[in-house]
Amino acid sequence: MRLRNLLLKRLLQLLAVSWGVGTLTFLLMRALPGDMAYRIAAGRYGMDAVDSDAAALVREELGLDQGAWSTYWSWLGDLLQWNLGNSLVSGQPVSESLWHMLGHSLLLAGAGILLAALIAIPLGLASAYHGGWLNRILLTLSTGMRALPVFVIGLLAVVVFALELNLLPVAGFGTPAHLVLPALTLGLSLAAIANRVVHTEAERVFNAPFYEFAQTKGLSAWQAFLRHGVRNMSVPVVAFFGVQLITVVEGVVMIESLFSWPGIGHGLAHAIFARDIPLIQGAALMMGILFVLLNTLVDLACYWLDPRGGQLA
Amino acid sequence: MKLSYLSTSQISTSQISTSRLCGAVLLLLLCVYAFATPLLSAQDAASQNLSQILSLPDGNSWFGTDHFGRDMWVRLADALRLSLSMAALCVLTSAVIGVTLGILAATGPSWVDRTLDGVTTLILALPGLVLVLIFAAIVPGSFWMLYVAISLIQWIEYFRVTRAITQRIARSPEVQSSRLMGFGAFYLFRRHYWPAIAPQLVTLASFGAASAILMMASLGFVYVGIQPPLAELGLMIVEHFPYYSDAPWLLAQPLIALALVVLSCHLLGGKKAS
Repeated sequence: MRLRNLLLKRLLQLLAVSWGVGTLTFLLMRALPGDMAYRIAAGRYGMDAVDSDAAALVREELGLDQGAWSTYWSWLGDLLQWNLGNSLVSGQPVSESLWHMLGHSLLLAGAGILLAALIAIPLGLASAYHGGWLNRILLTLSTGMRALPVFVIGLLAVVVFALELNLLPVAGFGTPAHLVLPALTLGLSLAAIANRVVHTEAERVFNAPFYEFAQTKGLSAWQAFLRHGVRNMSVPVVAFFGVQLITVVEGVVMIESLFSWPGIGHGLAHAIFARDIPLIQGAALMMGILFVLLNTLVDLACYWLDPRGGQLA
Repeated sequence: MKLSYLSTSQISTSQISTSRLCGAVLLLLLCVYAFATPLLSAQDAASQNLSQILSLPDGNSWFGTDHFGRDMWVRLADALRLSLSMAALCVLTSAVIGVTLGILAATGPSWVDRTLDGVTTLILALPGLVLVLIFAAIVPGSFWMLYVAISLIQWIEYFRVTRAITQRIARSPEVQSSRLMGFGAFYLFRRHYWPAIAPQLVTLASFGAASAILMMASLGFVYVGIQPPLAELGLMIVEHFPYYSDAPWLLAQPLIALALVVLSCHLLGGKKAS
């Protein structure tokens, strides 16, 4: 029952994303100052090459000569049919370039999350188990790291690994070496918070009566951890990951722009800069849909880990 | 047993308040620097001096000059002032809206609660930065558009916390009896709800301010936020990056300033409300 409500809510969010992005980008097109068609044509062909013929062509193509409401409805109608139009700059279908970008973004996000897990889980567990100076150092490091926006972490990584040590390429894509710095940046910024969550949860479980009893009844430390620790710790950690998803998505936008990684975030920032409205709409829509879908996955994971159906994120 | 419990809790509260105090002092210093510099300095953030670019800090320009020979001491103060003003405006707006709606949702008729829940679900469906990016695209380089967009996202946090607290308190015996005695809504707010909400607000506001500053710097960094020649922290970081090998201190300044502001807000906020 709870699960059904939750999925319904996520479905509602999916619709809301489509409507919200569609409406905002529609407003965006209407808000272009001056003659819209002329401005868009100028964006497409360059300021010097534009003339009234080109503007007329654009006006016809985008239906700018019709009333606001009818344009709005047909805009939303197109959106629902996943007809995202062509990029104003390159002229290619938006949905095609979106699929291309999606692969790159998912690769980056996946690598970043994996790296974050590899960093945060051992550190969090160690600091909960050991405590003392290790905990103190990690707390200070995490606090400092959290004060740095993700693009600053990336910039520092570029300065250290690419410019000073010459180990890795500054930006771009293609070889595995290009993935290292962006993924490391994302991983570090996620791990800065995640290791504290793992620490708190691990400490809670280690001090819980049931855990103490598991050891008293004769299980070894390792057995107690595997049988009674892991699952109890993982529910809040996974739920927290749902909260952190927003950091992932925002981090991906910033990191892709910084490293010229050809993903959706990079596409979005570029489209905004070039005022390429169909691409803005497509990229924002894709990020929104991805966000909702990932949230749904986290919900399902929490449900599976804790069938009691406790507090879901 | 009891004694040891007391002493540890005392230590932990004093530790928290020390870090909060540090944050407050740091933030205050940054505010004084940002807001007093234009009053005290005769320099102007936009005036260029191309014969003296990328100069090291000296007696004349305390933080050196940038790639157009503009005085960094003044420019950094300008950028900080912009960020701090944005943060203050966003915090104020979203706190007022969030607390008001939160109390309405918790105490008003149930359709208000359902409607507001729907609205928050709607807004939270899109990652905040993406929403702000689209808003920034509508009117490029506009301070006020950024303000609207950031506030639109941030009120939700205040709303949720206020609603949760008020819901809990509204069912408590003391509020019930106050109500039975015939006290009005405003009295209930002042006497019961506000004292419970207020301590949480400091934490929320600090983290909200930090995220507003980060948001604005992020937009400047991808070049769709505040436009040059205005000084903005994220924008300065991009502008100075090409000169990294010639003038690393120039790149370091906005980076350190940004980190300091955000750190001071995080410290002031203390432990995030759990």
